[in-house]
Amino acid sequence: MPAEFYYGVEVFLNGLMAGVMYSLVALGFVLIFKASGIFNYAQGIMALFAALTLVGFQEGQIPFSHLINAIFGTELHHFGWHMPAFFAILAALVIMIIFAWLVEKLILQHLVNQEPIILFMATIGLAYFMEGFGDLMWGSNVKKLDIGIPQGGNFWIEESTAFLGGPDFYGFYLDTLDIYATFIAAALVIALVIFSQYTKTGRALRAVADDHQAALSVGISLRAIWVIVWAIAGFVALVAGIMWGAKSGVQFSLSLIALKALPVLMLGGFTSIPGAIIGGLIIGVGEKMFEFLIGAPLLGGATENWFAYMVALVFLVFRPQGLFGEKIIERV
Amino acid sequence: MFYREAGEFKTSYRADQQTFPIGLDKLGFYTSLLIAFVVIPLTMSEYWAQAVFLPFLIFGIAAIGLNILTGYCGQVSLGSGGFMAVGAYACYKLMTAFPDMNILICVLLSGGVTAFVGLIFGLPSLRIKGFYLAVATLAAQFFLVWLFNKVGWFYNYSASGQITAPERTLFGYVITGAKAETLPIYFVCLGLLVFLAVIARNLTRGAMGRKWMAIRDMDIAAEIIGVNPLMAKLTAFAISSFYVGISGALLFALYLGAVEVGEAFSIQKSFLILFMIIIGGLGSIFGSLVGAAFMIAMPVILKNLLVTSLGWPGDIAAHLEFMIVGLMIIVFLILEPHGLAMLWRIIKEKLRIWPFSH
Repeated sequence: MPAEFYYGVEVFLNGLMAGVMYSLVALGFVLIFKASGIFNYAQGIMALFAALTLVGFQEGQIPFSHLINAIFGTELHHFGWHMPAFFAILAALVIMIIFAWLVEKLILQHLVNQEPIILFMATIGLAYFMEGFGDLMWGSNVKKLDIGIPQGGNFWIEESTAFLGGPDFYGFYLDTLDIYATFIAAALVIALVIFSQYTKTGRALRAVADDHQAALSVGISLRAIWVIVWAIAGFVALVAGIMWGAKSGVQFSLSLIALKALPVLMLGGFTSIPGAIIGGLIIGVGEKMFEFLIGAPLLGGATENWFAYMVALVFLVFRPQGLFGEKIIERV
Repeated sequence: MFYREAGEFKTSYRADQQTFPIGLDKLGFYTSLLIAFVVIPLTMSEYWAQAVFLPFLIFGIAAIGLNILTGYCGQVSLGSGGFMAVGAYACYKLMTAFPDMNILICVLLSGGVTAFVGLIFGLPSLRIKGFYLAVATLAAQFFLVWLFNKVGWFYNYSASGQITAPERTLFGYVITGAKAETLPIYFVCLGLLVFLAVIARNLTRGAMGRKWMAIRDMDIAAEIIGVNPLMAKLTAFAISSFYVGISGALLFALYLGAVEVGEAFSIQKSFLILFMIIIGGLGSIFGSLVGAAFMIAMPVILKNLLVTSLGWPGDIAAHLEFMIVGLMIIVFLILEPHGLAMLWRIIKEKLRIWPFSH
């Protein structure tokens, strides 16, 4: 077998890994869309904010120190302690839960029964707010996120696959972090499935996703469910934020992963958790392979920005509800 | 008492169906025209013209365009930034390929080119609806920006990858290029805005607008009563893109002068225009303009307030600006989801009887 073939296989595997990362973000979208019909554009910013908060707690940064310094002329920066990663994650999680509660209390509660586009716009407004708020709270410099997941190429895989190719093939290069991400994502999905299938809250969640009014009439509190769903989405955002943050640093561009997750959603269907996973894998592999085979040699590269959208667009023309979305039934 | 339709007797259908049937509205319209054409040019300073008035006029056109598509025809589009880029690059190619062509014709033709591109990207709207369509229009945004970045033909293989507007004159005044004067640009943009707004207003009042609104309110029902969804949606996409393209061409040629596509026509621009029509009011030409004015003026005013008056560092002011813009969007949506245009309608209703109780 020629080395190019193995290189293609490596691109394929890396595409799968990237797809897992996309799925992580897409999951948060699906959860909220299923339960409340809200297309939450702020999901990417939530991941950024969660990662910022995590780093902030870990490093012992003082929140709003820049603002305080600017107003009072002080020189505050750090508390001077370092929090262990585990507690920092817990603290960030608490912040995300409080955030979910505030979103429900201050925004969603007042927008019940509005059209989806209005709710969508509200989440864009929320995204803008969070973007400014996160930077104001923790500063806008690029931060390094390190919670002890090893990074860099995985030597074991490289060495044990080197025999496949010829003398100029050194084995598959896979980032250890991506491998961890795959397992974490799998664990997350399994946990979510168990939660929604076997717990009382999970059942209530599915009931709300099915029919708001019917759920209300059997005594399920819609508002409590929304808080729970946003909190879970916050948790998923935290996981996504940790993974992406560890990979490329915590900075504004982290929030743009939301834009990467959108075609995944379209492909998989807005309402399906397995759809988000499989859509993510298809998009991840598709865009990497396209870039490798056609984009870089023939089109000048950087096709990853739009390829996913084009795939989703063409795909939707033939199947408007996505791969696993609920069939769209229209009545007059 | 202050806003009333009493005493207006129409004796012909023509008089009854004019754009502003109520005398007071007509008065308001002509007054605002007078202010825009005479008072503002006489009083505005260079800074305010560049920071507020010119962007307002240019984005006002784009907002009207998007409102035709989203507000009247109900097809949410997040690709406006990409379509503006099409207008800008079409204008650039026309200006450099035909140096003798009048700049206004260039601008209008680039609107036409954009309309054609919009038509192509509008085709999936026949199958895809709602949020799926909104996300699908992002394909246009990313693909077009990538295209203009990668294919050298579009920027005439310039070394920087930027496009720069060559110098053109209109009635003896330089309006593009490095030596352009602000006042003629203002009048060109204002003239185009008024012209296009009047056309849009009449389109949306007519048969075409009623078809769009029928599709918006319920497309299946509209189809059953005989509205052709293909024609309705595609005309909305084409006309909307025409407006957005003209706006992009103006932004490039008259306002910015030199453009780097990834920066000037990023997805942020798409959102900005969407904000304008949501805050101004979906399905209202007046609302598009108010929304554009609001979204353009607010950051400038905030910046002046925070940086110049309070002396805070620029980066903190920028963060606060983001927060305040986001907050205002949310507050507006909660208080009045139908936008400033609806607020204006409510005020007019109140003014009919105020200060009396009934």
